[in-house]
Amino acid sequence: MKARVHIAGWGVISSIGNSVPQVFDSLRTSTCGIAPLTLFHSAHAGVLPVGEVKLGNAALAEILSLPVATPRAVMLGIHAAREAVKNSGIDLKKWRTGLISATTVGGMDKTEEFFEEFLIDSKKGKLCNVVNHSCGKSTELIAQALGINRFISTINTACSSSANAIALGSRMISAGLLDIVVAGGTDSLTKFTLNGFNSLMILDSKFCRPFDASRSGLNLGEGAGFIILISDKVRKSEGVKTTSCVSGYGNTNDAFHQTASSPDGRGSFAAMQQALAMSNLLPEQIDYINLHGTGTVNNDLSEGTAIKKLFGERAPRLSSTKAYTGHTLGASGGIEAVFSLLAIDQQCVFPNLRFENVIPEMGITPQLHFETGLTVRHVMSNSFGFGGNCSSLIFSRSDN
Amino acid sequence: MYINGAGAISPQKTWGDEGVLLSVPIDHANNYLSCIEPDYTQYIDPKYLRRMSRILKMGVAASIIALKEAEITLPDGIITGTGYGCLEDTGIFLRKMVEQKEQALNPTPFIQSTHNTIGSQIALLLTCQGYNQTYTQEAFSFENSLLDASLQLNEYPDQNFLVGGVDEFTDLSLKIQNRFGIFRKTSRSSLNLFRTSSPGTLCGEGAFYFALSGKKIKQSVVLIDAVETFFKPTQEELLEGIHQFMESHDLKKGGVDLVLAGKSGDNVMDLLTDSILNKAVGSSPVGVFKHLCGEYSTASAFALWLGARIIQDQHVPPIILDKPFKSSVKNILIYNLYFENHHSLILLRSC
Repeated sequence: MKARVHIAGWGVISSIGNSVPQVFDSLRTSTCGIAPLTLFHSAHAGVLPVGEVKLGNAALAEILSLPVATPRAVMLGIHAAREAVKNSGIDLKKWRTGLISATTVGGMDKTEEFFEEFLIDSKKGKLCNVVNHSCGKSTELIAQALGINRFISTINTACSSSANAIALGSRMISAGLLDIVVAGGTDSLTKFTLNGFNSLMILDSKFCRPFDASRSGLNLGEGAGFIILISDKVRKSEGVKTTSCVSGYGNTNDAFHQTASSPDGRGSFAAMQQALAMSNLLPEQIDYINLHGTGTVNNDLSEGTAIKKLFGERAPRLSSTKAYTGHTLGASGGIEAVFSLLAIDQQCVFPNLRFENVIPEMGITPQLHFETGLTVRHVMSNSFGFGGNCSSLIFSRSDN
Repeated sequence: MYINGAGAISPQKTWGDEGVLLSVPIDHANNYLSCIEPDYTQYIDPKYLRRMSRILKMGVAASIIALKEAEITLPDGIITGTGYGCLEDTGIFLRKMVEQKEQALNPTPFIQSTHNTIGSQIALLLTCQGYNQTYTQEAFSFENSLLDASLQLNEYPDQNFLVGGVDEFTDLSLKIQNRFGIFRKTSRSSLNLFRTSSPGTLCGEGAFYFALSGKKIKQSVVLIDAVETFFKPTQEELLEGIHQFMESHDLKKGGVDLVLAGKSGDNVMDLLTDSILNKAVGSSPVGVFKHLCGEYSTASAFALWLGARIIQDQHVPPIILDKPFKSSVKNILIYNLYFENHHSLILLRSC
């Protein structure tokens, strides 16, 4: 990469904790956040387990001083983004700051409430529940809460969305267009996505088992993860101590099928390869891969096959943290970026929960236990989505 | 970056052999303007067409027209901007979910409801494994796509990108948006939008893709020199922003050959827009376009198509400007606004 892009802070909220310290504690102690659905009424409650953030809408609205009709994804986003900004200790207003967020549901949770009445009578349904429907609107509300108006953008490439947000933020800083970018993503659980994934028959009624031979689907989750990307200039002038930087990213399309990944994972292979090339790293220099690892039969086989092809028999330590959080869709790239940065910051690697048996046709054993005291210099984070959208990010330890 | 080809499906007949630019503008007799759609079988294999929703057909066809014009078979990347994504399938899945009480749902509308469906369908049909991105930032969705392309093409000038702005409205979305009171209650003639003083605008839609390259090639018709967005600016911030934009691109007050203004027909907003433009661009002629395409998130893509054609044909259609226009058009400044919060600038130059 041309100009260095440093990471000055991060914030996260997910089913395993409402803040970075809480989340790290759960990761360290192998505490999974998946449980029965309580957030809304659904025919699938009690059948399909989910990774809910353990704060209801009323509680979130109170913490953030927002109207309770605010979409949940917006509230989760503000919660995580504020933590990231606070941790960076930087006054965003002093710089050319942008917000690049990602979401796939936007205000869908409120639209669902609107729709039930609206379908019966098109003059009914509260407009305040549909006014924030669009994905872009969620970013605008987060931007307003953070006081950002210089540049805003929302990416929706399904489950790779927030990885792309981080890549775009890095590119804009490298190109000198912005000094600081708050980048990441947010998604809340909704009836729409729960039923959508259920109709595709890729939800597991048990806890998901990524990269395990017995895997039979994913669990949906929710949350938000944001990181603060800063330029060299901001870092020097603000005297910020950073421990990590973005060293590469890749974005490709599998161009194989609207929802399924190619058997050889050609899209994910190319994304990982691009990210490596940009960071000038060899595969063996990657110390840990935070897998996309949804737990579906198709994804894990495809991703694992691509990893084997790229890394050979000596794959680095790897794990899917979706066994902790569930698949948080558009937020997953942001949340898992925070996990990757924690791995670098704390020089540790997180386990792939509930792993028992190697997928026979792949032969990859993921990380089994929380391990610390390691040398973690370069971490790869994978995010792949419907529509063949594949993205891979590489974060590296930086020497101050 | 350079425009080498454009595919346009809009409420005007903007595809096929349309003759002199907008010489026979199409009048819509409702408060919405639906796209004039081509026979898609000339662009898309019928076996794929069957499964596509309307927005997918429009988007895919626009991309194919753009590539054909640019004489490119495989672009290096596809970037799509859409304010609301695939509304038809979103509506279908929501309705079925409620009506069928979450049971026995067909997954197809869900699969096709995500915003990235348009860009990924194009990738799938072209087997384009390159860069693939979808922006959805209300009325910055298309501008953000252009900005992304310009970053990519600055780094890799030899590459070719497909960049699009695609949005549809549906019966449901129109019903909901009508309740917000943003559209005129009735309209008998869309072409009379600016001749009748009234609050409210008209609902529109459209699908546009542009084949762009970092280097000028023989198919290049227009240069996209700069793109800028302003979110919720005060009037002073906006004026200062436009001033800085013009200054950094060597444009003097009155030095813009033609301004394409995203006036919506809403009498209050249009007065504000007139006053801003009067202060910002001085005596430059100001044309309008939303009586041709309606108001929607990615209407600036219509303006870009129109601007590129005006420069290419050196013809300013009377339907967009009520004064005679005789001189040549070397540059066009598109100033778009979408209700109060979204303002953007795109600068085009002949090449």
